[in-house]
Amino acid sequence: MITKRIIPCLDVKNGRVVKGVNFEGLNDVSSPVELARYYSENGADELVFYDITASVEGRALFTDILREVASTIFIPLTVGGGINTLEDFDRVLKCGADKVSVNSGAIRNPSLICSAAKRYGDQCVVLSVDVKRVDGVFRVFAKGGRENTGMEAISWIKRCVEDGAGEIVVNSIDTDGVKNGFDLEMLQAVCDAVSVPVIASGGAGCMEHFTTLFQTLPGVDAGLAASIFHFGEVKISDLKTKLAGEGIPMRILR
Amino acid sequence: MVAIVDYGVGNLFSLRSSFLSIGVETVVTSDPAVLHAADRIVLPGVGAFGDAAKKLRDSGLADVVVAEAKAGKPLLGICLGMQLLFDKSLEYGEHAGLGLIPGEVRPIAEVIPAELKIPHIGWNALHFGGKKSPLFRYIEEGDFVYFVHSFYGAKCAESVIATAEYGAELTAAVAHDNVYGCQFHPEKSGEVGMNILRAFCEKEA
Repeated sequence: MITKRIIPCLDVKNGRVVKGVNFEGLNDVSSPVELARYYSENGADELVFYDITASVEGRALFTDILREVASTIFIPLTVGGGINTLEDFDRVLKCGADKVSVNSGAIRNPSLICSAAKRYGDQCVVLSVDVKRVDGVFRVFAKGGRENTGMEAISWIKRCVEDGAGEIVVNSIDTDGVKNGFDLEMLQAVCDAVSVPVIASGGAGCMEHFTTLFQTLPGVDAGLAASIFHFGEVKISDLKTKLAGEGIPMRILR
Repeated sequence: MVAIVDYGVGNLFSLRSSFLSIGVETVVTSDPAVLHAADRIVLPGVGAFGDAAKKLRDSGLADVVVAEAKAGKPLLGICLGMQLLFDKSLEYGEHAGLGLIPGEVRPIAEVIPAELKIPHIGWNALHFGGKKSPLFRYIEEGDFVYFVHSFYGAKCAESVIATAEYGAELTAAVAHDNVYGCQFHPEKSGEVGMNILRAFCEKEA
């Protein structure tokens, strides 16, 4: 049976891992390569790297780090951040990324997902979407969650899947950084709308939140989190053992 | 030396790195002489069967790979590279494969329940059935490997050395004499994957 996936997410800026709380107030946490190795040894099923650097120098540094991570850790790697063109896809895939996550780039350039999926396959294209309720409607936010695009989130996600997005990372701005659990209502709406894998992001504060996520929403394939893993509040191996004990299919390392 | 066939399909960075991590040197090549000189050949691949088969044939490498395999050189096909080993594929039309393993490639949608997602993507457990292949000598029944695929090896029961359960028993790995194929990605399957590559490299030619 296919397992549910536990995915730590590493935001990388100037060669260091940072974690945003509600996308602002960043702190340095650790070295990306060290952290990636630690997570892999502890049973992470996949790693997501977001490049949140704005400068050309930072981008080159990120690419070097990605190459180093991909030469030492042999689990799937997803890379996002600053992906606006097919050349950006090419750049990170050549450094060892397996999947590429697009967010604002897909909003700015509506043909990006379609052309990337044609060239690299649907399985390579991940739509990452930052969603926030505005007057009771799920809206897509751009630029790291700072700008309301006005687009309705579910129809945007459906359209991206039709264009070839092979997985969806749903990041709820409403629950991100709050550590009060995943946004079950938002995730349910996405699971009902699409048939590609859905990855839940935003709100994990303790192990029980993952239990609730997978038991309440069988359509969710993976849980993604950053700070609870980075700060050692939850150890991935403990989390997976607990979830397996609750009957949720997990890959447990021997 | 392990030669990785370069026919313009797929991303070979992880594959090369994973062999390096187990102390095996690789060469990525489209040169028939280098393929001939290598101890072992790996046939990678992602994307659509028809395109990949055409590229392999147009480059002349299909004939080289087939000749080397028939001469007894160990060959490992990975993901689409495994599917190319079969006689044919029914992915968007009908396309001829290399014919090194009897069988055909068909959509998993034909055999799995409609409520399951396609592609079959993520970590799934390997089941060996009866006899354990030498390819799996360093891993155990139930070990997890990473899959991403929408098509599977069918009508190949005699060559199946591992399956994975996804609403049906899907072909996870095949072997026919010196020719091996993994539907999953050993280069993305952590320690378990490295141990499969190690076994392939140690296998007596």
